[in-house]
Order: sequence, then C-alpha cells, then structure tokens
Amino acid sequence: MTKSVRARRRLPKLPGNIKVRVGIAIIVCFALLAVLGPFVVENLMGLSPTDVDTSGSMQPPSGAHLLGTTANGEDVFAQLVVGSRVSLLVGLVAGVVTTVLSVLVGVAGGYLGGRADSFLTVATNIFLVIPGMPLLIIVASYVQGRGGWLTVALVIGLTAWPWAARQKRAQTLSLRHRDFVAAAEMTGESRWGVITRELIPSLAPLISVSFLGAVVGSMFADAGLSFMGLGNINITSWGSMLYWAQNGSALTRGAWWWFVPPGACIALVGVAAGLVNFGIDEVSNPRLRKPSKQVRMRARAARLGAADTAVPAQATPVKEATS
Amino acid sequence: MATAPVLTPAAAEAPPPARRTAAGRLGAARYFLRRLGFYLGAAAVAVTLNFLIPRLMPGDPASALISQMQQKQNLSAEQVTSIYRLFGAPGAPLWDQYVTYLGQIAHFDFGASVAYYPTPVWEVIRSGLPWTIGLVGLTAVLAFVIGTSMGVLAGSRVGSRFDSFITPASMFLGALPFFWVALLLVMAFGVQLNWLPISGAYDGDMAVAFNGPFLASVVTHGILPAITMVVASFGGWLVGMRNMMVTTVSEDYVLLARAKGLSKARVMFQYAARNAVLPSVAGFALTIGSAVSGQILVEIVFSYPGVGYLLYQAVSSVDYPLMQALFLIVSLTVLAANFIADSVYGLIDPRARETRS
Repeated sequence: MTKSVRARRRLPKLPGNIKVRVGIAIIVCFALLAVLGPFVVENLMGLSPTDVDTSGSMQPPSGAHLLGTTANGEDVFAQLVVGSRVSLLVGLVAGVVTTVLSVLVGVAGGYLGGRADSFLTVATNIFLVIPGMPLLIIVASYVQGRGGWLTVALVIGLTAWPWAARQKRAQTLSLRHRDFVAAAEMTGESRWGVITRELIPSLAPLISVSFLGAVVGSMFADAGLSFMGLGNINITSWGSMLYWAQNGSALTRGAWWWFVPPGACIALVGVAAGLVNFGIDEVSNPRLRKPSKQVRMRARAARLGAADTAVPAQATPVKEATS
Repeated sequence: MATAPVLTPAAAEAPPPARRTAAGRLGAARYFLRRLGFYLGAAAVAVTLNFLIPRLMPGDPASALISQMQQKQNLSAEQVTSIYRLFGAPGAPLWDQYVTYLGQIAHFDFGASVAYYPTPVWEVIRSGLPWTIGLVGLTAVLAFVIGTSMGVLAGSRVGSRFDSFITPASMFLGALPFFWVALLLVMAFGVQLNWLPISGAYDGDMAVAFNGPFLASVVTHGILPAITMVVASFGGWLVGMRNMMVTTVSEDYVLLARAKGLSKARVMFQYAARNAVLPSVAGFALTIGSAVSGQILVEIVFSYPGVGYLLYQAVSSVDYPLMQALFLIVSLTVLAANFIADSVYGLIDPRARETRS
C-alpha cells in the first residue's frame, strides 16, 4: 500500500452526492462566518453593529453601508455578521439538547422494550401532540430576561425532542434483533454497554442527520421567539434583527434591506440542511435516485433501437459470448 | 370501493375484510377506545402542565406581576385574586390548588384578562378561536391535497421534467422560515403592489354580518395568510408522497395492473397512489399541532385576529391569565382535532387498528 493511498484512507470520506456536498459547504461557510466574521467586521473593517447614528437612518445599501442602515442608523451588514454567532450558537446548543434527549428516550425505549418502552412511547406521543410553539412561548415568557440566550436554547431543546425520539425508536427496533446485538449480549455486555457501544454507533448516520435538523429547527424557533419579542432581543441575532425591523415598521417604509438579509441567512441554513437530508435520502434509497446521464442515454438508445427494428440492440451477441 | 385492487398488500396480509363483520366492528370500537384513552391522557398532561408551569417558575412571579401592574394602574381586588389564582396563593397546599383549578377550568372560568380588563379571558379567546380554526383547517387540507397530488405526479415518473423541477423547488420552499415568507409577501403584494390588505381579518369599517361584501372582505384578507401557510407546508407532503410512490410503483400488483393493459392514469391513481397515500394520511394528525404553531407567527405578521395574535398581545402586555388560558385552549383544540383525524384514519385503513397502539 503506497503512502498516498494510506493518507487518503485516513481522511474522513466526503459523501459523493452533489446535494450533500453543496449543503455541507454552505453550512461550513456559515460556521466560519460565525467564528471569524465578528472579528473581521469589528476589528479589521471597523464596523459596529450597535453604533447609533441618527443622521444616517434607513439608508439603502451603499458603499459606506453594504446592506444599508436601520431606523437607528446601525449598520445592517455588521449586525448580520455579528448576529450569526448568537443564532448559530442557540441552534447548536438546542440541537445538542434535543439530540441527546431523543437518543436517550428513543434508543433506550426501542432496545429495552416491555414496560419501559410502553411508558417512553406514550410519553413521546403525548409530547408530540401537544403543540410545541405555544408551550415554548409560555415558558419563554416566564423566563424572559433571565439567563439570556442559553435559557432560550435550553427551553427550545426541552420541547423539541419527541419527533426525533420517535424516529430513533423505530430505527432501534429494526437493529435490536440483528446478530451483532445478540453477539454483544452473549459476551455479557450490559444493557447500557449494548446501547452505547453497539446501537448508538450503528445509528450514527441517522443521529447526525437528525442533529442537523434539530439545529435548524432550533434556529427557526429562536428566530420566531425573538420576532415575538421573547428571548434575546437586546443581543444582536438574526431573530432580534427581525424583531426590530418589524417594530421599526421596515415593511411599510419599504426598508427591505433591513429584514430580507437576516431571514435569507436563516433560510439559507435551512436549505443547506434540506439538501443534506435530501441527498442522504437518495443515498440510502437507490430508487429515489435519478438515473445517471449515461444510463439515460443508453435507455434512450435502446428505445430508439427497438423502434427502429432494423438495428437490434445487441449487434453481435454470439461473438461476444464466445470471446 | 367497488374497483378496489385485488392484490393490495392489505388484502394479502391482513385478515379478510373485517369491516362489516361483528369482529371487525369490535376491533374498530376497541381502536377508538384506545385512541380516546390516549388523547384523554394527553389532555390531562396538557392541563397539568398548564397548572404547573407558573408554579414551578423561580422567584415569586405573582408579587412581581402585581407590583409591575400597579405602576400602570390601580388593581382591583378581583384582579389581584385572579393573579393569585393563577400562580397559587402563597401557603395553600398544591393539591388543594390543583382541585380548585380543575373546578375553574371545568366552568371555563379563567378570570379576567389584564390587557382587555374587565373582559373575561374566555370571552377574549372565543373571539379569536373561529379565525384560527378556519384558517388552519382550510390551509392544512389545501396543503395536503395539493402536495399529495403533485407528489403522485412527481413520484410516478422519477427524473421527469416535472419531478426534477417541483421536488427541489418544494423542498426549497419548505426550508424557509414561515413568518419571513409572510413578511416578503406583505412587502410584495401589500406594500409595493398594493393589491391585497396586509392586516386584520376583514375591513375594520364593516359590521360583522353574513352578507356578500363582508364575506368578500374576509376572503381578500385571508388570501395572503393562507398562501403563506400552504406554501410553507405543501412541500413536505409532496416529497413524502413522491418517495412512497417510488416504492409502491415497483410492487407486483402495480406491475400486474400495468400488464393487464389498464390506462396509465388508472394504474397510477387507483392502484399505486391509493396505497402510497396511507402513511401520509396517518401523518396528517401529527401535523395539526405544527400547523397551529406556524399559524401563530403568521397571525402576528398579518395582525390576523386569531388566537396566535391574541397570544402575542398577551405576551407583550404581560397578560398571564390570558396567556395560560390560550395555551390550554389551543392544546385541547389540537388534541381534539388529532383525535378526529386519527379516527378517520382508523376507518380508512383497517390495518391501523391492528398495529398502532
């Protein structure tokens, strides 16, 4: 085995599907923006998201203000970049809480079965049918102002787990009777050991996809809560930008540059997650795949050949068979 | 039902058609009772959550709220008691409070609203409920019908021009945040083009009555919110139906139907789609809750006078009694709608009665 082959082996394998690649690329871009962006904007470009400048309010995009200004004259571009950090952080923390809870409930229920499973399933189903957003609004309005974005993230995580738990339980049920689980049980592995060492690694692809979904869902929920004035409206985030835009009647004053960019960023993250999800669906279910161009051409040629009976699809079958 | 395909998986696996036999009726009854029991349990959880949330909050929200409100206005004794009723009178045992609370909600007695004082909370909610139920009901069904039928078309020929356009497009629409799409629509059709009204559910100058002009006003005010809700949710149905169709189309009974020389449309709709749609129908109940959740934000954007907008006003004016009661009523309504949708599904698909718990 040559050196280069071994080096290539060690790198994590990037899925070949183009949709998955594009989706991951967009997400990586936003992650970089959140990590490096605020530094670049505040220290290198000298912009501030909170500097009030009443003489230059409601300016459309220009050279001085790439995305225009708010009603207080704050720079929208600076707000957008700085706000990405809080929005992604809320999504990340809430996504982790959701995923951990859903794995605990879903995998444990699916594997243990019996009474524990019945109890967990009923609990999951009950929280599934109680509408999430009103519950979120009630809890968020009580904790308003206490704990900042972390509280909001925890509240979102605590209300969002049932969908994901249900999905993981279903998948665990199908793994539960496979040979490798039985083998692990035979060697005296404890239940907790089977769950953490056998089941969770096998569920890793599903868990990572549902984690991505949970992050995006939490960002949507955070934006919605902030838009209502609950949560972190005094910290710059994409959601709080939408709140202040609505409050400053950006809509009726035609200030599209104020509310379009933050929403577009949230939407772009959503689309990226959708692409990854959709692409992975195609990978795991070959029937959903569009046939490759080569195959389509061959099929077309075969159809034409069939219509054109003079040219049989296989011109020299006998020769080929013998060679 | 007369033209039901003979070789559906249902006919192959499930016990012989059970609906009209005594045993079948018993199975159906048992299914309904089980679902009823589940939803009663869920309702009990919702009621208890509603009772516990304000009481579990750290600090003393009741005193905080009272002192906050007294800065703005003089509180009547009745308002003070209604706040203590909500958060629990200091010192009273939790169990006694719970029993009192159950008695009150059984009589729809939620106290007086703070924001609309002295209107009782129940009166305020009753004014918003029909608007939300109407809009959610209409748009949920529309999104289901549009999404599912387009999913049949897309899934019956994967890779066709229609499929490769509509599937990514609807996925894209579904990945956008609901209320931001609403903002864009307001901006485009309300402010710039000035075609449609952007707030309220009907013309404010009109008296509420069942006549032509009033209904026309209701319809024009409902168009943008309805479009938002449908656009945001039909994509999920489309993709789900498409993926089920792709799997169903290659089943043997569809192949047989095709081999018999039946028309393409008949094979697709009467054989493949009928079976592919069952998971979607089963999932319909579960989407009612998320439709209501999305509707709340859409109502805020359009100042649409449903329960979502009321909830927004309750939140912004710290009207805890109204907020609490809204959560309870919305949850119970969603549970009732779920129960109805589930029961209908049990009627359509006898297999559901066997497998679902």
